[in-house]
Amino acid sequence: MSPAVDPLCSPIPRRPFDVGRVREDFPALHQRVQGKPLIYLDNAATTQKPRPVLEAIRRFYEQDCSNVHRGVHTLSQRATEAYERARETVRRFLNARSEEEIIFVRGTTEAINLVAHSFGRRYVRAGDEILISAMEHHSNIVPWQILCEETGARLRVAPINDDGELLLDEFERLLTARTRLVAITHLSNALGTIPPVREIIRLAHARGVPVLLDGAQAVAHVKVDVQELDCDFYAFSGHKLYGPTGIGVLYGKAEWLEAMPPYQGGGDMISSVTFEKTTYNRLPYKFEAGTPHIAGAIGLGAAIEYVATLGLDAIAAHERDLLIYATEAVSGIPGLRLIGTAREKASILSFTLEGIHPHDIGTILDHEGIAIRAGHHCAQPVMERFGVPATARVSFALYNTREEVDALVMALQKVREVFGL
Amino acid sequence: MNDLRDLYQEVLLDHSKRPRNFGVLADADHQAVGHNPLCGDKVVVYLRMDGDRIADIRFQGQGCAVSQASASMMTESVKGKTRAEAEALFKRFHELLTGTAGPETVSELGKLAIFAGVRKYPVRVKCATLAWHTLHAALARKAETVSTE
Repeated sequence: MSPAVDPLCSPIPRRPFDVGRVREDFPALHQRVQGKPLIYLDNAATTQKPRPVLEAIRRFYEQDCSNVHRGVHTLSQRATEAYERARETVRRFLNARSEEEIIFVRGTTEAINLVAHSFGRRYVRAGDEILISAMEHHSNIVPWQILCEETGARLRVAPINDDGELLLDEFERLLTARTRLVAITHLSNALGTIPPVREIIRLAHARGVPVLLDGAQAVAHVKVDVQELDCDFYAFSGHKLYGPTGIGVLYGKAEWLEAMPPYQGGGDMISSVTFEKTTYNRLPYKFEAGTPHIAGAIGLGAAIEYVATLGLDAIAAHERDLLIYATEAVSGIPGLRLIGTAREKASILSFTLEGIHPHDIGTILDHEGIAIRAGHHCAQPVMERFGVPATARVSFALYNTREEVDALVMALQKVREVFGL
Repeated sequence: MNDLRDLYQEVLLDHSKRPRNFGVLADADHQAVGHNPLCGDKVVVYLRMDGDRIADIRFQGQGCAVSQASASMMTESVKGKTRAEAEALFKRFHELLTGTAGPETVSELGKLAIFAGVRKYPVRVKCATLAWHTLHAALARKAETVSTE
């Protein structure tokens, strides 16, 4: 096991965190929307991309464009090297033991579906149980429902309290001899809650139950060390981490991935094929059928390196300051109700305004050049839990500023004015 | 701010805050549920028909100001109208929102013309038409939930 505390800091020189300079790296931030400077606060949906990511993708298509793992020619070798270098970057980012534990997929959704399909097919039977929480995104609910429907297993849901915190006692009570897998978010997209994942994993492992963490939201805001967490699977998307859309990662402990059957069949995932018998390729290729999203993986590698040069600690500290500042600033707005007030939370401010539907808030804020998300955030059970049809959600990234929060508060006052409140 | 005022006119805000004909119609003989999965807006339209004429109409639902006001104003506009008249009004309303309505159509729409402001907000067109799609389904006696997606 590697003793490194910070898996990415060693080879990459850090630069001090200066939000003004950081913003210069993101071309999309420097535009006007509805005649106003863009204030982008919809980062939980997707983040903007820094120049090094855009350049890495462009370089691949302009210079190295070729397929991987099959050509003897120079371009194919360059493409293969760049693709596998990206895998090594991801491995370091997560501090996985080995590159064979890093599977490139389309995104978090595909990563979770891969586990539901492949782990599920191998280990889940009628009468078994899958345990999730009440604050999951639809992508960490529906794949398990499909699996349960197919196998006759049962989906159990650990409840949350009025602050949006997991009820750990209830969770523990729901862990039984029938539980085959725990699948839980590492940062709730609708509430901002960071559940006590270390405790969850400890409790599950004490009963021999593996744990999948949905890291779609967490990876850009929380330092992830899969060995230290000891999670069995970790899923995340590139595009919420300043990388391109269409690329994501499933980390899985090698012993699980070895035992699991392939997810999809096709090229690259085999070592030999005859009509009588096919031998599957070794890890991680067993789970990467077909030509992968090569440019996407390279872009994701560049995004991770970009984040590493700033340091997740510095990013997290900056975002924590923004969240505290914003929480305090909006608390003075009459009729504003925060949805999600967990003690452990990050980057997300979900709220309702009395008498004004979130959709109307979203339209009026857009008029001020402010992009937020309004809706159920693909977490309808969470909305139901809090008795609201939808919320307005502000979500921060490393490039947001206190001045933007001030503009948001002014604009929310304007929303109330439009509605005569 | 002008575009915004065009969208959120006083009449619209008034109807969204105090919707008319809101609630269950106990003796309804037609009804349909409309759903906008994008934002979770939901509308139920209840009708009591007298032959070919809409004798009474009520709606229930929750959603943004645009969808609630549109439902409220729709109920006022179609009450007492025949099936064909209501459908024709829906067609004109749709033309208004997609910017294909001529000046005559706009005058025929009466106070529904205030929804012209929605045109500048393409993602909000569905909010304004949800109740109308639901009315259409109720008139057609379609049992299933209609969706704007």
